[in-house]
Amino acid sequence: MYHIISIRDFERNDLDYLLDRAGEFDTGKYQPGMLDNKLVALLFFEPSTRTRMSFATAMARLGGKSIGVDSVEASSIVKGETLADTIRVISSYVDAIVLRHPKEGAARLASEFASVPVINAGDGAGQHPSQTLLDLYTIRQSMPVDGINVGLLGDLRYGRTAHSLALALSLYGVTLHTIAPKGLEMPASITLELRERGMEVIEHPNVEEAVKELDVLYVTRIQRERFPDSASYYNVASSYRITSDLLDGVNDHLMILHPLPRAGEIDPVVDCTPYARYFEQARNGVPVRMALLHEVMK
Amino acid sequence: MTRKDPSGGLIISPIKNGTVIDHITAGEALNVLRFLGITGSTRECLSIATNVESKRMGRKDIVKVENRELRTEEVDRIALLAPHAKINIIRDYLVVEKMGVVIPEVIRGVVRCPNPGCITNTNEPVASAFEVLDKGLHCLYCDWLIKDNIANHII
Repeated sequence: MYHIISIRDFERNDLDYLLDRAGEFDTGKYQPGMLDNKLVALLFFEPSTRTRMSFATAMARLGGKSIGVDSVEASSIVKGETLADTIRVISSYVDAIVLRHPKEGAARLASEFASVPVINAGDGAGQHPSQTLLDLYTIRQSMPVDGINVGLLGDLRYGRTAHSLALALSLYGVTLHTIAPKGLEMPASITLELRERGMEVIEHPNVEEAVKELDVLYVTRIQRERFPDSASYYNVASSYRITSDLLDGVNDHLMILHPLPRAGEIDPVVDCTPYARYFEQARNGVPVRMALLHEVMK
Repeated sequence: MTRKDPSGGLIISPIKNGTVIDHITAGEALNVLRFLGITGSTRECLSIATNVESKRMGRKDIVKVENRELRTEEVDRIALLAPHAKINIIRDYLVVEKMGVVIPEVIRGVVRCPNPGCITNTNEPVASAFEVLDKGLHCLYCDWLIKDNIANHII
């Protein structure tokens, strides 16, 4: 049975294969009814708009159907049921499970109790492999991923999309530039792992220093709740904000990506520049998730 | 279990049946017992000697557990704390088996994940699971890495 739990489980060939498949779905090279009569459970125990809706859209485009719960309050978890029991039961209803959960390792646990494939749609501060695939897919639409300079900006401590993406990029000979507020730096264990994988990781104190050498700038949300008070949050958030002034003199082909939702990290004026690719990135969630759903249920 | 020695002190005597764990890293005897799940409420008869002089190790600890033969998977857990430990299985005062310890690839249910956000620290019906790497213990659920002070995380 094929589960999609963590980017750590993938070799480069696996990623390239899935990205190629996503390209086929993106360009309409597929049979619309490929997942006719298939049913997927979308179990989202944390809020989500894009991930949940793009999985539902992907399933519908392939001819399948989706059911699900949208919150802990709406499920038996609130009555004290374990995730393990929930997964055992839901497994008997559907052909695959897509899970988002606030606890790290939840998807791994689910895969141990499920009798159908499990796709991790984000587990706490852990992994979010389908987001990583769509990030890679978006980069690959514009340039080969090999050997490029990628900057990760924002909350690199708790930001699961940054962790997953960094691990994936380490398979492509990418140089990683990290830019994070004090206290929200990439965990030392992940930086160590990236370096052990042969990746060059350069830490920068501010965006200005790094931005001119980048091919891709990946911005993540700095969450208000990580700060003791509003003043310190606004102070840090404003110094990491991407504005059009900041983009003077950057590479012409620079791509700015963001997993969204954003909360002021990118000035809306930047949306009109050729660098802004985050809405295209969000759109790519559908073909990438079509590829994943088809792969686990074919 | 003990007898008087000529100088007036007490010496641990041989056991009739059970397990002797020798060459434990000095100071780790009590942690070894915790790793084995042997706590203060155990019914087993235990002898523990710490900081005993050793030609090979300078100082070492020794643990004797009467009427219990340790299984291989129990023994291997000890390797994390006492990689040079030697296990002697005793039957009727004779050593019938002598073995070293092998560091296991994965340890389950022995160490608690320090990450409060890890799914293994909830009411889910799973034991913690760590992959044993050169750089430390890697949680197979949340990817947390325990680099040192493993004994502090024993369940």
